[in-house]
Amino acid sequence: MLTVLGAYSWINIRFLLEGAWVTILVSVCSIILSYIFGVILGIIRYVQIKYLSAIVGFVIDIIRNLPLILIIFFTYFGLPNIGFKPDPIWASVIAMAIFESAMVAEIVRAGIVSIPTGQMEGARSTGMSYWQALRYIILPQAIKNMIPAIVSQFISLVKDTSLATIIVLPDLMNHAQIIYGQNTNYTIPMFLALAVMYFIVCYSLSLLSQYLDHRLGTAKKSGEVEEVVQSAER
Amino acid sequence: MISIFQNYGGALLYGLGQTLLCSIIALIFALIIGSGFAILEVVPNKFLRIIAKIYIEVFRNIPLLVITMFFYVVIPMYIVEISGFVSGTIGLILYSSAFIAETVRSGIQSVDPGQMEGARANGLSFWQGMRYIVLPQAFRYVIPPLGNQFINLVKNSSVLAFVAGFDLMYQGNVIASDSLQSMSTYLCVGVLYLILTLPLSYYMRYLEKKLA
Repeated sequence: MLTVLGAYSWINIRFLLEGAWVTILVSVCSIILSYIFGVILGIIRYVQIKYLSAIVGFVIDIIRNLPLILIIFFTYFGLPNIGFKPDPIWASVIAMAIFESAMVAEIVRAGIVSIPTGQMEGARSTGMSYWQALRYIILPQAIKNMIPAIVSQFISLVKDTSLATIIVLPDLMNHAQIIYGQNTNYTIPMFLALAVMYFIVCYSLSLLSQYLDHRLGTAKKSGEVEEVVQSAER
Repeated sequence: MISIFQNYGGALLYGLGQTLLCSIIALIFALIIGSGFAILEVVPNKFLRIIAKIYIEVFRNIPLLVITMFFYVVIPMYIVEISGFVSGTIGLILYSSAFIAETVRSGIQSVDPGQMEGARANGLSFWQGMRYIVLPQAFRYVIPPLGNQFINLVKNSSVLAFVAGFDLMYQGNVIASDSLQSMSTYLCVGVLYLILTLPLSYYMRYLEKKLA
């Protein structure tokens, strides 16, 4: 029993926390990048610029349908073939940003499509240009609608950073593997610690997403709202 | 790229088969387990609801890699020797079942509660009402999101590469290090993944439009 408890010595915990720091760093960098690029690409896909929108749409579809591990491998092992050699942290940030911005772009497009066309027509008829209407009328409403979906996409981003251990990114997963690689008695405690740490980060993000869902009033059909309604009816 | 297909076509096709096999096995089990927990989430019994909720939240919020590595490292160490393919598939089943449960639950809840009340009023038990009235209607709603979950499952099956599951991604790595042409190898692997996922993804988009 003592050997198992030894897994949680201060040195090991600190080592895990260092890994968690890299996980958070990579997640935050790729969240920021993928949000910026995702919104831009989603708008380009929506506004039907000749050729450009079709090409962007096709590329988004391709990236969305590839496994993230493949993209990580491609950036880390494939790109050096054409003379660009990123270190593991940058390679994983780039790979995550590429993959997630395609995901976010699709959410943004769906969010814009969900706004009734009357909004655009109304804005145009009051004398706004197409871009003004998009900027001041459509996007603010669309972003409100898609925030919960984007937050849950970012939850899967945090989980997916663990895949970058395969290119030896020194993240939480990798550090846990190093610890239980040195002492096999620590295997189960390390997996427990991993599960707890990822769970805390992801579950608090998912609570945030539920809170935003309620706050922004987009939870028309979500379970909690219906339960409240049903208990009020009884 | 063509030379990769010529030299390593067999290995790539074997990997493709393993990926497909793993995805289909995982889909079948994840559907059964996921639907089970989805129903448990809407039963009147509060205790069962809490169990289902815990299961779903735990497996949704832990990375697939952690689940898979647990089965790859811990289970053979203490309990029984299992291959990488099996541990990868078990990990995929547990992970996807949580997402499928959420999808099916939202489908069940999108069916008008009056349907269940009507079924109960006609003398059906809760389970009969679920089985004959609610679920058939719910599954119509959830077919497009379930298709998207299957696409995710195919993509996530690439986690087998971590545990020597001999899937497409694993074969890709072997070929990349053997041929020293990583770029074109990964492009080939990407094309093969797209053959699996892209048609399905367009079909699901078509179905979504048709059902909406």
